Amino acid sequence: MPATLFSNARLLDPWTHLDQVGELLAIDGRIAAIGAVPSSQIPADAIRVDCRGNCLAPGLVDMRVHLREPGQEHVETIEGTSRMAVAGGITSLVGLPDTTPVIDDVSLVEFVTRRARKAGLVNIYTYAAATKGLDGSTLSELGLMAAAGALGFTDGTAPIADSLVMRRLLSYARTFDQLVIQRPEDPRLAEGGAATEGEVASRLGIPGIPAAAELILLERDLRLVELTGGRYHASLISTAAAVQAIATAKTRGLPVTCDTAPPYFTLNESAIDGYSTDARLSPPLRSENDRKAIIEGLKNGTIDAITSDHAPVDQDEKRVPFIAATPGAIGLETLLPLVLGLYHRGEMSILAALRAVTQAPAQILRLPVGRLAIDSAADLVLFDLDMPWRVGRSRLRAAATNTPFEALPVQGKALKTFVAGRLVFGFDA
Amino acid sequence: MSKLPVLHFPHRHLLGIDGLDAADIALILDLAETYIEQNRADDKKRTLLRGRTIINLFFENSTRTRTSFELAGKRLGADVINMSVASTSVKKGETLLDTALTLNAMHLDALVVRHPESGAVKLLAEAVNCAVINGGDGSHEHPTQALLDALTIRRRKGRLHGLTVAICGDVLHSRVARSNIALLNIMGAHVRVVGPRTLLPAQISRMGVEVFHDMARGLADVDIIMMLRLQTERMHGSFLPSIREYFHFYGLDHNKIARARPDALVMHPGPINRGVEIDSAVADDLDRSLIREQVEMGVAVRMACLDLLLRANTPMTEH
Repeated sequence: MPATLFSNARLLDPWTHLDQVGELLAIDGRIAAIGAVPSSQIPADAIRVDCRGNCLAPGLVDMRVHLREPGQEHVETIEGTSRMAVAGGITSLVGLPDTTPVIDDVSLVEFVTRRARKAGLVNIYTYAAATKGLDGSTLSELGLMAAAGALGFTDGTAPIADSLVMRRLLSYARTFDQLVIQRPEDPRLAEGGAATEGEVASRLGIPGIPAAAELILLERDLRLVELTGGRYHASLISTAAAVQAIATAKTRGLPVTCDTAPPYFTLNESAIDGYSTDARLSPPLRSENDRKAIIEGLKNGTIDAITSDHAPVDQDEKRVPFIAATPGAIGLETLLPLVLGLYHRGEMSILAALRAVTQAPAQILRLPVGRLAIDSAADLVLFDLDMPWRVGRSRLRAAATNTPFEALPVQGKALKTFVAGRLVFGFDA
Repeated sequence: MSKLPVLHFPHRHLLGIDGLDAADIALILDLAETYIEQNRADDKKRTLLRGRTIINLFFENSTRTRTSFELAGKRLGADVINMSVASTSVKKGETLLDTALTLNAMHLDALVVRHPESGAVKLLAEAVNCAVINGGDGSHEHPTQALLDALTIRRRKGRLHGLTVAICGDVLHSRVARSNIALLNIMGAHVRVVGPRTLLPAQISRMGVEVFHDMARGLADVDIIMMLRLQTERMHGSFLPSIREYFHFYGLDHNKIARARPDALVMHPGPINRGVEIDSAVADDLDRSLIREQVEMGVAVRMACLDLLLRANTPMTEH
């Protein structure tokens, strides 16, 4: 593969606090030089990319993506997911195991890895099911699946409700130094609910889920982390109280991290008004106070990472009454602009915002990506920090069109995406 | 041939009280008044809606509301067809939107829809060309019930403005309560809700009501007591320990009515659960109970709604 020289780039790397105009040289899929590249180092046949002052950053690492393959290829294939991901500047993503069949066996972990390699655009990893068939009670073969490449263990959207199972899971996972990922929500309190309990849900006559459902399971989990010492990652934190609980746990030195997704710092519960099923999410959109607390948590570092929680849903599952609609929203192509929105609104520095989608998830997952470092993979995104555009279903590359951000004006767009030095996406204006 | 003025009703559908203003509501009630005498006469039929087709599409069991809409349509001269779709079979077969599109292709003039899920009627209205009347969607709205309640109260009390109305019981699951709270607020009444905390929606006080958990206090000096049916079919899990305990604290009997104004009247959207939320002696008390009058007003109000939606903004000329 020929070398690539990126010149006139605003190099951004949260890991090294790098923010300067310069050059970057990639040779054989790896970063060979950063900053001012001596001409002696540049191979004669190097491809030259003039970045024209645009930002060159590590490709995004998205640690929560719902793959619909195997099982629901009519909604989205791994190949389709890959194309959307690179169009959004994502170079590594991790799939959830709640496909059909559930990724709860070594052969299925290998299947996902193989299919991803075939699509060949983006680095696709997978979590494996924490319990067999997501039954919430029988531990799956954590050790074997970890050896096969599973990056962590979770029951996906289904929280592990049984305290004893959770205790053993954390304990057993610690044996292999593996990460347990949980989206905390007390299933009994949430049963039948489709929106956050409160004025909006009450007016619409939609059964509510109290915000406390998130906190209750999270607090239990944190006690079990304390008991077992297992590494725990809370996914899709969406309430002020949960941010507080995570902050306390971190202060006490527990091995705890967490993430949130753009809907929870961009929208609030009023987005479901008019029974908009594209805004039916799980966890549900929260109050304005919660939204502000999520931004605060991102600012002060309590929330480590931002994920897309990309969840394509067939329109047949969305064009139904609100309560019957399948929760979820697509998010691969809107992740970067919505994260940049935190910078544009002055809520976070550019490096802090990018850290949540590069360095932070890479560190949590212990992946050697998400940084501009000599000899690390040349997974890069070149983006226009300011380009204004409007989210539109028709312009997104997704087969499914369930976005709650329809018509939202955003700023920032991936122009080119490189995985291991190879151009995998180029934006045509 | 009598000439009537042009009535301005700027709505294509009647999906809820939310979206109407005081003038819209007054217009519906005024027009409904004109149908009450017609409904009491021997010849009950007019030809205002001759040639129009109305389908009553009910995804939930109903006898009263469906019959009321059927009579309303027929008394205005429209062709009315009843379709009952068992709610359990909906998920298996045709989707709600497929049903809507199928019916739409038959060139209807109005659809009256009842559905067990909140928001379903709005979804359906977005897919059809005809006028849609919400005959009750989940726990969301039941606008014609609120309108008929308003007409009943207005005829007895001469006004809605300034009255104190207590809505009692299972507010959580009640679309009737939500529509009534909205309507009574728009018309300037004081609204209270009374019930155990497990049967009141979260943050209900933000809907413009005063909240009580004690019947004696909640009924003190009210003009109107609206009882709600305990909707055990919508309850998943335990909201109450027993019917006996519920009736003891929240069932309406003459002792509890004594706290209200001496001329207070009792309403219930029906069907009533005798001995659960209301004592038989109260339900049948002709001095107090408006229950049967509500049913009568229901037909008149639904005639007005159909009339306004199907002939809106055209001169109201008799055929």
